[in-house]
Amino acid sequence: MRQYTEAMRKEAKRLLAEGSVQVVIGFAEGTLPMRAAPFFARKPEDAERLIWGPFCENNLARYLREYKGKKAAIVAKGCDTRSIVALMAEHQLPRDQVYIIGVPCEGMIDRRIVARRVPGEVLAAREEGAELEVEGQDFALRLPRSEVLYRSCSACLHPNPVLSDVLLGEPVELWSQDPYVYVREVENKSPEERAAYFSAEASRCIRCYACRQACPMCYCEECFVDHTSPRWIESGVTPAGLQGWQIGRAYHLTGRCVDCGACERACPEEIDLVYLNGKLNKDLRELYGFETGVKLDELPPLAVFLPDEGPDFGI
Amino acid sequence: MSDWQPKIVVFLCQWSLKADREWEQRFELPPHVRVVEVPCSGRVNPLLVVSALQRGADGVLVVGCEPGHCHYKNGNYLGRRKYATLGSFLQYLGLEKERLQVTLLDETEGSRFHVVVQNLLDKVRSLGPADALAVRQPMACVSQMERE
Repeated sequence: MRQYTEAMRKEAKRLLAEGSVQVVIGFAEGTLPMRAAPFFARKPEDAERLIWGPFCENNLARYLREYKGKKAAIVAKGCDTRSIVALMAEHQLPRDQVYIIGVPCEGMIDRRIVARRVPGEVLAAREEGAELEVEGQDFALRLPRSEVLYRSCSACLHPNPVLSDVLLGEPVELWSQDPYVYVREVENKSPEERAAYFSAEASRCIRCYACRQACPMCYCEECFVDHTSPRWIESGVTPAGLQGWQIGRAYHLTGRCVDCGACERACPEEIDLVYLNGKLNKDLRELYGFETGVKLDELPPLAVFLPDEGPDFGI
Repeated sequence: MSDWQPKIVVFLCQWSLKADREWEQRFELPPHVRVVEVPCSGRVNPLLVVSALQRGADGVLVVGCEPGHCHYKNGNYLGRRKYATLGSFLQYLGLEKERLQVTLLDETEGSRFHVVVQNLLDKVRSLGPADALAVRQPMACVSQMERE
């Protein structure tokens, strides 16, 4: 994955020097090991700070709407480009205002899994082929990449950009068989178990709304959760308020979520969030054959219908 | 427990059953079935359904117009997709699937409406009180303020 860094810097430098874009949105080295931070290169010399690696986990499409009316370039993985397409479908982003530097993605590494697998604090982590080399004060070990991927990444069906102006490497091969493994696991439980699981997960929420802030599709000027009239859901950190937030957030992303997992990565309480959106995506795929952000001219699934489609609601 | 009656909220499209308004006289609905008339079933915000469940409803019924009979041409079709996904999602979260019922009725089907409500009442009665989702606390302070 490191080989992309050079190509990316070159491309960013060219774009900024030409003046064809005002900003290049990418990643820079984070302040901690296993972290990369979103970075906004505005001058050609900034381009030297751009990096690419297995920890570039944020969905950068989230920042694109903030550059409305200006031309921006974005470094985008498969899921990021799907978000961009979904934003275009909702008329949030004109195609000619965004220059997509596509990066074939091999899946991002879950720093939380790595931290749990090693005996101490991680001081450095480096990708070596299909392995991750982790070093700490008195240990150094190698972990297979496939075991430390994010859940949404190991289930990913679109690692290659679906839309790009320039592609930085050869498309990667698909590794996932079943995009909704984690949904099926929950579906197979009994209703009581599912209710218990949901209420346990929701009860850990502290309502910081980091999931909302990280999501490229959560761009409402006023979120339903901030409405006071009507007060859709209870505003406190109460069981009903927390569950209401989780249901509302997930459902509002029906047909808009691209399963990038940015919400779950942003969650400080590590709440299982992708299992909620995954279910909605799975249903849309099974009922209407819809996949978010894959086709450019496709309308959002809840804005269209077929007269003779199921399910039949009659009693 | 024996005198427990299920609370049902009905979101009723104002146009469906409009030719059969006398259903209100012909069948008196029990007091624990609340009918909320809405301009179109397709525009019933799914959060209203969640809200009803979170405020203690044991079952929710959404009534729209029959396919092809929508006053706004396609509200019922759009609603169908909305409720198909919402129903399946709430079921996934542990709610019994019988508790959310969507039905599309013709303008003249007042008697069928009654049957639908009775069926839902029977189903929910046999399921017992809804306990999958946490119930909202009564907003004591707010109602106090509203009174003053």
